[in-house]
Amino acid sequence: MEPTKDQTLWMYQKMVTSRRFEEIIEKIYLEGKTPAFNMANGPIPGEMHLSNGQEPVAVGVCAHLNADDVVTATHRPHHQAIAKGVDLKKMAAEIFGKKTGFSGGRGGHMHIFDPDVNFACSGIIAQGCGPACGAALSRQMQGKPGVAISFLGEGAVNQGAFHEAMNLAGVWNLPVVFVIEDNAWGISVSKEDSTAVARNDVRAAAYGMPGFYIENNDPYAIFDIAGEAIKRARDGKGPTLIEIETYRLAGHFMGDAEGYRPEGEKDALFKKDPIPRMRSRIIADGVATDEDLDAIERKAQSQVDEAIAFARESDLAPDTDALTSVFAA
Amino acid sequence: MSDNIANERKFTIARAMAESIQQEMQADERVFVMGEDIGALGGVFGNTRGLLDEFGKTRIRDTPISETAFISAAVGAAQDGMRPVVELMFADFFGVCFDAIYNLMAKNTYFSGGGVNVPMVLMTSTGGGYSDAGQHSQCLYGSFAHLPGMKVVSPSNAYDAKGLMTAAMRDDSPVVYMYHKGLQGMGWLGTEAGAQVNTPEESYQVEIGKAKVVREGTDVTLVGLAMGVHNCLKAADILAKQGVSAEVIDLVSLVPLDRETVINSVAKTGRLIVVDEDYQSYGVSGEIIATVTEHDISKLKTSPKRVAYPDVPIPYARNMEQFCLPNPNKIVAAYTSMN
Repeated sequence: MEPTKDQTLWMYQKMVTSRRFEEIIEKIYLEGKTPAFNMANGPIPGEMHLSNGQEPVAVGVCAHLNADDVVTATHRPHHQAIAKGVDLKKMAAEIFGKKTGFSGGRGGHMHIFDPDVNFACSGIIAQGCGPACGAALSRQMQGKPGVAISFLGEGAVNQGAFHEAMNLAGVWNLPVVFVIEDNAWGISVSKEDSTAVARNDVRAAAYGMPGFYIENNDPYAIFDIAGEAIKRARDGKGPTLIEIETYRLAGHFMGDAEGYRPEGEKDALFKKDPIPRMRSRIIADGVATDEDLDAIERKAQSQVDEAIAFARESDLAPDTDALTSVFAA
Repeated sequence: MSDNIANERKFTIARAMAESIQQEMQADERVFVMGEDIGALGGVFGNTRGLLDEFGKTRIRDTPISETAFISAAVGAAQDGMRPVVELMFADFFGVCFDAIYNLMAKNTYFSGGGVNVPMVLMTSTGGGYSDAGQHSQCLYGSFAHLPGMKVVSPSNAYDAKGLMTAAMRDDSPVVYMYHKGLQGMGWLGTEAGAQVNTPEESYQVEIGKAKVVREGTDVTLVGLAMGVHNCLKAADILAKQGVSAEVIDLVSLVPLDRETVINSVAKTGRLIVVDEDYQSYGVSGEIIATVTEHDISKLKTSPKRVAYPDVPIPYARNMEQFCLPNPNKIVAAYTSMN
């Protein structure tokens, strides 16, 4: 399966939007946190998990999704959210803890919910696997179209929740695709030191579903394999497991000194930054010109700027909002 | 000891925990540590820093993100003669592995009629205040303390942190060791200065099940644990300026709970305020008040008060979270509202 010109440019635009968004978030996150880095300070407090480098996974998968399809994402959710089409302004406002954010500041960057596009993420490892199965089950039972995608990290495959959900998806033939982002590190612990098999696609066999491993953080290869998997799910042919080699260009969270990385690893990863690579390929393939791509980048930047300005200018919720929204209204 | 040397031993809780584990591992080869990021990283909250270099990967074991597996493995190893120390990175994560904790670790001694002991330590971080939202900021003291079969401790300072950890590792029962992130001494979390106190170099124990009167007073008893102790001490300073003499009790241990120290204090002061960063209902604050009223309600001059976390998930936005958290002013206001 190969992306059309429109799909190719859409993927590029979403990758750039995610990158530009996180570049600004990274800068603002450090406001109020220098010279002494204290997570509690600044306009964006708390933990910040950046996804730069992992954009190909999000766009290669989400290129095949509609707003009706369901995504459960991780604690590192920005690229996935942007590719799924969440409202960028409301997401930015949520990250700033503002009243205009999705939850009015109750959830923050690890707890982004955009029901309009069926996007949710959460802060605990492998937590999205079960809910993705449930959404797929709901569609199956209601006879409604739609698939569910469960994004998780390579570290998450050692959680019981992942294995239980995989089996459930297999035994009930659910329209769900499990997408593992293999960025090689679970905080400071390498995949090699935590996982008994080198590639997790082999685990699919244990749950009666096909498994694929995609190398090289390549948005085109991801588009291809994910497209086939999502088509199978839509056709009632059941779940798929896909593991994708990707790169975490930042630390686990901002403030992570990354002393556990081998020397030179980061430099090597930055040389393989997927965004310039995709840009070069688009030009080489004759799909678009430099000018076209510059225009896409300008558009992405202006969307990001608009969202950040909206977040900055929005008010905080009143303190007492902390006490509401616990139960259904 | 000169002041200079004393200052050198003013430890953070993180360092005190690490030193305790280090000394016990030197003394007892059955002790080993398992958890996520406790090796090269030295623990996300610094409490195993330096241990990998000294003891190597066999005894300082980074685990997969598999809490059910490695905590229940610790149960099995403890029952087989080892003395494991395991880390659950955030107390909030207990949801993925509580079966191993409360149905195995906590019950196997009872189920075996004492035939099998489970000498292990489960250390876990608690607390918020830095906008880490509702899955990374909870205390859950009451949830752990409610379930029988495990001791539960929570230090408020480095001296107690070291001695409690040593006592926990030497205890033949499982001990849940809950350390508050805001006291840990990690710069990136900010830190309560009062938690950093002189910490003797030699190995020592702080008794599990014994509360401490950390400030004597006559007009009101303020009871807290971990961060709550520091809020109580600050409130006591404010109250002192208003001519009110507050006694402050650091519970140190929730299980066993030193009810006698609380009862004796309230017998003297006649007033009780309990401070708890855990959810208010069905928790520590209710247990302390019940302890006093069940014993002799006539000792109370007025209804007791509690300053606890409201019964809502912890919000991300800084203003909302700070609104919910206990603080010294809320404690002072609770006193002012007493008859």
